[in-house]
Amino acid sequence: MTRTTEYLPNGRLRLALHTLAEGEGRPLLLLHGLGEHSPLSRPAWTSTWKGPVLALDFTGHGDSGVPVSGGYTPEGLMSDVDAVLAVHGPVTIVGRGFGAWVGLLIAGARTSLVHGVVLFDGSGVSGGGSQPPTPYVNVLPSSTNATPDPYALLELSRDPRPPDYALEYVRFVLEDSEIENPIVVSARIRPEWMAAVASDIGVIELPLEEAIASFS
Amino acid sequence: MPENDQTRDFPGARTPDRTGSVDSSGLRLALNEWGDPGAPVIAMVHGGFDFSRTFDVFAPMIADAGWRVVAWDARGHGDSDRADLYGWAADVRDHLAAIQSISTEPIVMLGHSKGGGQLLDLLDGRPSLARAFVNLDGLPSQFSSPDVNDRERQRMRRADLSAGLDRRRRRNELTRRPDTIEGLAQRRQPMNPRLSREWLEYLVTVGAHQDAEGWRWKIDPVLHLGGFGPWRPGWSLDHLAALEMPFLGVLSGVQDDPMGWKSRRSDIEPFLPPGGRLEFFDDIGHFLHIEQTRFIADLVLEFLESFR
Repeated sequence: MTRTTEYLPNGRLRLALHTLAEGEGRPLLLLHGLGEHSPLSRPAWTSTWKGPVLALDFTGHGDSGVPVSGGYTPEGLMSDVDAVLAVHGPVTIVGRGFGAWVGLLIAGARTSLVHGVVLFDGSGVSGGGSQPPTPYVNVLPSSTNATPDPYALLELSRDPRPPDYALEYVRFVLEDSEIENPIVVSARIRPEWMAAVASDIGVIELPLEEAIASFS
Repeated sequence: MPENDQTRDFPGARTPDRTGSVDSSGLRLALNEWGDPGAPVIAMVHGGFDFSRTFDVFAPMIADAGWRVVAWDARGHGDSDRADLYGWAADVRDHLAAIQSISTEPIVMLGHSKGGGQLLDLLDGRPSLARAFVNLDGLPSQFSSPDVNDRERQRMRRADLSAGLDRRRRRNELTRRPDTIEGLAQRRQPMNPRLSREWLEYLVTVGAHQDAEGWRWKIDPVLHLGGFGPWRPGWSLDHLAALEMPFLGVLSGVQDDPMGWKSRRSDIEPFLPPGGRLEFFDDIGHFLHIEQTRFIADLVLEFLESFR
């Protein structure tokens, strides 16, 4: 099918949520990598999913709105995903790169609304590393509404992602989840936070398609 | 909630001599200035949930000693624009935009609390901006509730996360609750228990606006205390050690003040930059420059004597 798009309110901005496939049951929500946008059509690796396949453009990406003067944080962009949860209810998430990081965070913050999360490779998976990177402060020209927003690329490639912080969210998920393996790592790229998550006793590793199938 | 009395006086408080604004990538930040426009510049950065007019007594004291004091409201605070997104790095960048609008030469900088912590980041990355740096109780070394165990801290983080997401879901409906001047002052008192009601009522008249229903704080209602993500207070100490300009740090030793980082002298001293100076006062609260304004102003002026 040709993807269809709905726009969700997000403060003064709007978020583009695309439907890549119709279906019955719980939606599969795809979260793209840093500087990317949602796929134009259903990826082949989602073919076993019977429910709807949705894909969100993060703030400052794809067809979503661009904020004035940046201010991006992964924690702030959790509310992008939360806007989807508010409208569509429980989902299963596949996050790529930066989307994997946000997917883990929102899974821990909204445990009753995220029915499993798959962490997969993609751009922006490392962020700024486990410790803050060397300070770099610069003012960019005003936003032009073009995406990806340069401030998104700047700020979301420099945020620290300590492994123990990631594991806090793993704990939040595992404490509340009613399914046996709510977090699945399919990523082959393993920055320290991803390696820590993959090593947690409550987390399993599967190839991407098997991971998605495990939540069907 | 009609109220005829719309102003309050406070001893020594002075309306800024000049006001203006600066553009930070399309976001307008409100600027306030005190003192001779030709005098050497000292930039003042306020703390979280404060605004530049909280310097209304302190700044004139510095200005009257021969300085041009420039302070601005952080995004979403005071008279600055509300932003679509907020974050520590964005605040730091806003500070850079403001500083670059004030002077092309290095200037003296002073930051209180969160503002001081953010200047640590900025001046580690851009040391040539500053001739000297004064940090008023903005040297984080530990979380502000050091006696909270890890499990309780995790519970607090979860509650904070949910509340933050709930708030952002409702952000288009959020407004600051209206009240009388006295009511707003009373509600702020728990954050500022050592400051007088007279001062807090004055703050309402410069930090809130009045509409048909009463007074409301100007600060964006989507903002809340906390929400620092993975940030660790100790990371700031790395920035402190890296500083290259003359440095004065002033710490409050009052441990039961609800605001502030509660750093101790022994937490900070190992990280002082070469030649850096640290003063510690166990009888002055987190808002040192408001609680003991003359004393702190004299301390700062003595430190800055060679920079005039």
